[in-house]
Amino acid sequence: MAAKPVPVPTPETQPFWDGCAAGELRIQRCDDCGRPYFYPRPVCPACGSQNVRWFAASGRATLYSYVINHRPAPGFEDDTPYAIAVVELEEGPRMMTNITGLPATPEALELDMPLRVRFEPRGDVSLPVFGPEES
Amino acid sequence: MSGGSTASMGGSCIIAGAAETDRLGKLPGHSTLQLHIEGALNAVADAGLSLRDIDGIATVASPGPVQVAHALGITPDWIDGTGVGGTSFLLHVRHAVAAIRAGYARTVLITHGESGRSRVGASRWRMDASSPPGQFEAPYGTFGPTTTFTIPLLRYMKEYGLTHEQLAYVAVAQRRWAAKNPRAAFRDPITVEDVLASRMVAYPFHLLECCLVTDGGGALVVTSADRAGEFPKPAVHVLGTGESSETPMISQMVDFTESQAFRLAGRAAFAEAGIGVADVDHLMIYDAFAHVPIYGLEALGFVAKGEAGPFIADGNTEPGGSLPLNTNGGGLSYTHTGMYGMFAIQEGVRQLRGEAAAQVDAPEISVILGNGGMFATSGVLVLGRSPRS
Ligand SMILES: [Zn+2]
Repeated sequence: MAAKPVPVPTPETQPFWDGCAAGELRIQRCDDCGRPYFYPRPVCPACGSQNVRWFAASGRATLYSYVINHRPAPGFEDDTPYAIAVVELEEGPRMMTNITGLPATPEALELDMPLRVRFEPRGDVSLPVFGPEES
Repeated sequence: MSGGSTASMGGSCIIAGAAETDRLGKLPGHSTLQLHIEGALNAVADAGLSLRDIDGIATVASPGPVQVAHALGITPDWIDGTGVGGTSFLLHVRHAVAAIRAGYARTVLITHGESGRSRVGASRWRMDASSPPGQFEAPYGTFGPTTTFTIPLLRYMKEYGLTHEQLAYVAVAQRRWAAKNPRAAFRDPITVEDVLASRMVAYPFHLLECCLVTDGGGALVVTSADRAGEFPKPAVHVLGTGESSETPMISQMVDFTESQAFRLAGRAAFAEAGIGVADVDHLMIYDAFAHVPIYGLEALGFVAKGEAGPFIADGNTEPGGSLPLNTNGGGLSYTHTGMYGMFAIQEGVRQLRGEAAAQVDAPEISVILGNGGMFATSGVLVLGRSPRS
C-alpha cells in the first residue's frame, strides 16, 4: 500500500509547519489591513501589503463543508470512507482538513458544528486535523 | 468592454469551421496527439480550407501548440498555449479574436484531443508535494475532481435548501437530451431513483451525478467576420467573450455557494455582446458534476441564488423547456475527455448552424460557460447566428 502524501514545506510555509510541530496552528495576519489569512504567503491577499506577521490561531473552528469519499486516494485505503472537509477557523480563514474522532457519516458531521485542531504525525511533519471540541 | 469598443477595435470574428473526432468514447487506437490531428483535419475540412491556410495555433499542453502545429506542418505567426483546464478552449477563442483584430493572425486553429479514458500517449499527472495544493490539500486524501470539485455543495445545500432529489434531477434532465443524440455515450432514460441508487462516489455525489471519462477531440477555425460568406457552413459570430480565475485550491474559494469566476467571465461576455439573459436561446454549462449547471445558471443571472435546482427540476432546461441547456447530453451523458470545454463550444456551433442532433428551434444566440479545474477558471462565449446589431 502506498504511503499517504507528505507535504514538503517551502521557505515561505516553513513557519506554519514549525508551528504544527510545536502544537500550534500558526497563520498570518496583515499589519496594514488587519486581516488574517491562510495559506502561507508573503503578501496579504486582501490589500497587497508585505507587512505581514505570523501568529498562533486559537485552533477553534467550525465545519464549513465536506465530502465523504468512497474512492480512496493512495494510502487512504484503510480509512475509507473518510471525510475531506473544509473548516472555518475562528479567526476567519478556511482550510482543508480531515475530521478525526467522529464517524464519517452525514449524521455525525453537521455543518457549523464546533471543532478543534489536533496534530497527527505524517512523515517528518505534523499535520493539522480537526475533531470535536471535547475529547 | 462596452458595446461600441468592438467595432473600433477592428471588427468581429466568426467560427468558420468546427468539428469533433470521427468517434468519441473508448479509442485505444488513438494517441492524444492523433486525437488533436483528427479533430484539426475535420475542422479545417469543415471550413473548406487546407492546413496551408492556418497561420495561428492554440491548444493545451501536452502535447501543446508547438507539437500540434509541427505535426500538422503549420508554421504559425501566432501561438497560444493557455492551459487553465477544461475551459482553455473558450479562452483560446477569446485570445484568437484579439489576435485577429490586432492583425497578428488571420486564420486560427484551436485543437483539443485527450485520451482521458485509454491514456494513450497521455502525460502522467503528478501532484508536486511542495505546491500549495500539495501541502494544504493532498495530505487530506484528495484524489482528483470527485474529491475536490464536489466539496462546496453541502454548504450550498444547507444555505439554499437544494435537495438530493433536485441534484439528481440535473442528470435526469440531461439524459433526456442525450436520448436524442446518437453520438451520446449514455442514452437510456434514467429516473431520480436510478441516480440516487447509483454507487456513492463522494457523498453527496452518486456515480450518475459525475461525468463520464472518455477519449476524443475536436477543433475550431476562427477568422475575421468580413470573410463570413467564404465558407461552406453558416458563419457563427463571436459576439462577446469573458475570462476569469478564482482559486487553484477548492478550499480557498471565496464563497462555497457561488462561482466568482463564472460570474465575472459571464458579465464580461454579456457586456461585450450587449445582451441580457432574456436574449439567450440556447445554453451550454460545463457539467463535470451535477452541481455545476446549478452554479452556472445562478452566476450568469438566469435565476436568483438558490433557484437553479427547482428551475431544473421543474423541467425548464430539458427538451420542451424554456431554456435548452446542455443539449448534447453534457459531460454527464455525452462525453467528457477531461477538458470538456471544446465539446460545449461544438454543440453551441451546431445549434446555431441548425445541425444539432437535438436541434433547438432556430436559436439566434447560444451562450457557452466553461469551467477549468475545480471552479478555478472560467471562460464564457456569446455566439450568434447573426453579426452583432
Ligand atoms: Zn492587508
